[in-house]
Amino acid sequence: MTAVAAPAVAAAATTAGPAMPARRKTGWAVANLITVAWTLFPIWWLVALSFKDPATLTDGSFWPIKWSWTNYSGIFHTSAFIRPLINSIGIGLITTAISVLLATMAAYAIARLNFPGKGLLIGMSLLIAMFPQISLVNPMFNIERQIGLFNTWPGLIIPYLAFSLPLAIYTLSAFFREIPWDLEKAAKVDGASQRQIFTDVIAPLAIPGIATTAILVFMFCWNEFLFAISLTSTNAARTAPAAMGFFTGVSQFTFPIGSIAAAAAIITIPIVIFVMIFQRRIVAGLTSGAVKG
Amino acid sequence: MATISLENVTKRYPDGTEAVRGLNLDIADGEFIVFVGPSGCGKSTALNMIAGLEDISAGELRIDGKVVNQLSPKDRDIAMVFQTYALYPHMTVRQNMSFPLRISHMPQEEIDRRVAEAAELLELNEQLDRKPANLSGGQRQRVAMGRAIVRNPHAFLMDEPLSNLDAKLRGQMRTSIARLQKRLMVTTVYVTHDQTEAMTLGDRIMVLRLGQMQQVGTPQELYEYPANLFVAGFIGSPSMNFMPGQIAGSMLKWPLGDVWLPAETMHRLGQEKAPRDVIVGIRPEEFEDASLVDSAKRERGAIVNVKAEVLESMGSDVFAYFPVPKPQGAQLAELERVTEEVGSGDAPGASSTFVARLDPATRAREGTPFDLWFDTHKLHLFDASTGKVLGR
Repeated sequence: MTAVAAPAVAAAATTAGPAMPARRKTGWAVANLITVAWTLFPIWWLVALSFKDPATLTDGSFWPIKWSWTNYSGIFHTSAFIRPLINSIGIGLITTAISVLLATMAAYAIARLNFPGKGLLIGMSLLIAMFPQISLVNPMFNIERQIGLFNTWPGLIIPYLAFSLPLAIYTLSAFFREIPWDLEKAAKVDGASQRQIFTDVIAPLAIPGIATTAILVFMFCWNEFLFAISLTSTNAARTAPAAMGFFTGVSQFTFPIGSIAAAAAIITIPIVIFVMIFQRRIVAGLTSGAVKG
Repeated sequence: MATISLENVTKRYPDGTEAVRGLNLDIADGEFIVFVGPSGCGKSTALNMIAGLEDISAGELRIDGKVVNQLSPKDRDIAMVFQTYALYPHMTVRQNMSFPLRISHMPQEEIDRRVAEAAELLELNEQLDRKPANLSGGQRQRVAMGRAIVRNPHAFLMDEPLSNLDAKLRGQMRTSIARLQKRLMVTTVYVTHDQTEAMTLGDRIMVLRLGQMQQVGTPQELYEYPANLFVAGFIGSPSMNFMPGQIAGSMLKWPLGDVWLPAETMHRLGQEKAPRDVIVGIRPEEFEDASLVDSAKRERGAIVNVKAEVLESMGSDVFAYFPVPKPQGAQLAELERVTEEVGSGDAPGASSTFVARLDPATRAREGTPFDLWFDTHKLHLFDASTGKVLGR
């Protein structure tokens, strides 16, 4: 009797165990679904809008009744969007490259060296990053016009650098601090010069940090609107987000909502690609195995 | 392969603290020397100064007769193994081991040959294309050794290379390091806080305390003739038992009874005008169950009746722990400082716990008094105020 009863009890105990987590799992799944739907809904709305035929644009449905490429072909038909898109990519990439290069070296120095005024330097640079941009637009506008930077690529790259560098340095120095100090000592004893230590040992290990920083800087440049609209006057340097504000409808009285939606959908694509490329590089624990057994 | 000599080597930090004070040491070619001491004694600082990772504040460091104080690590031709191994995580084992060779632009065939040789020696052939993250602790340790070996350096410096391994592996790696060093005959400086490692590995051992050298000698010398209380307490496991005592004539008065000191001890003490207050040290292995000691041996020692609180049987030995009351008003300051630094764990209080290592044939029982014999010829006497050994 008891021999039969015992397994039954055991079985009951084991089935009772996972029952709770299963319920919790569904709970989590529902919560996740709601969050994802909540965040993706505006994007879907945008995409749906961009694919609608101009005639059905204002029908109020979230699903295009008649799919059409009109909006997309429209914006690529003139230089009103193509040129700003090139500006955006160019300015974004140049700023990211310079910013990451300078920040990597600066962050390494900050993480590794003790020099007088180090704390002050970091504090000041962060202060600059916190500075409200709106208060700088007017003086910048005047300065750039005076020295001939207004409406040029450098005219945007320079202020973008000023705002992205402090944040980049701050993020990167946190990454550098994580790299075991012993690795540097080992490289030194192995006969590496200071430059070799940096290029062969430290920089490769900081790649996840550099990638993260690159994404942040690029997104900042890509999304920036205030400077882009204030420090440019033509498509020579105007970036895509700013250019969208200058789209015109078919007539003076039509609102170019379809074109704007299509342009917005397009400028989202590079960000998605950018994140996807670098996400693969952000492998957690790249430094695992360096130290300890 | 080279000699290393330190002359008055000192490390002083900007705030004035001295991590290493006036170190004098000549390390012979091919010698295996161990720097040992509790944490904070300056042993790693001393090693880092030899490596060139820390500046030398004063004194001279010579490698193969050449002053290298101002040379950067890469120009000293030394290899170092770190406690954390410090393997480059983004490189494979092969790349890790060949890194120092690639840096020095060695021809590729030579690099391949040396890496293959080292991998063979360290049994790492299978692991050459793996990354450090996929290796076990012991394998990582061997890769770190390999990176040092391929260079064929003047000297190996090892900074607690085994402390991150578990006890069993540590024992295995200890023997393989010893074997490797004997085979390669490369001058080796090894830093550890573990006196067992020091005793088993070193040709000679340097004991450091608060940045100052206490004694240099072969493991046996340090064990048999410790120069002071600190070395006596640090070397040996379980550590030496200490108790204050007084010398009156040729009689030692201490809590284990009044003992006649052997004539040769008295002779040496007489030459030194020894003070009356001493600290007596006796190693656990100098005790024995009196019933197991033959009469000839009894003559050489004294017998005391004790009650063991705890008996630990280790199979080959039995450790008996018994309390010994501390005498009133004795000079204990130096002894207490030393036991705290060494961490031998004798708590300040009215009595100390002595450890005796007995033959497993002993019939002593916990809580029952029994006669304990100890060798009076093996007593170590130290000056109670300075801790210096007397009569040696």
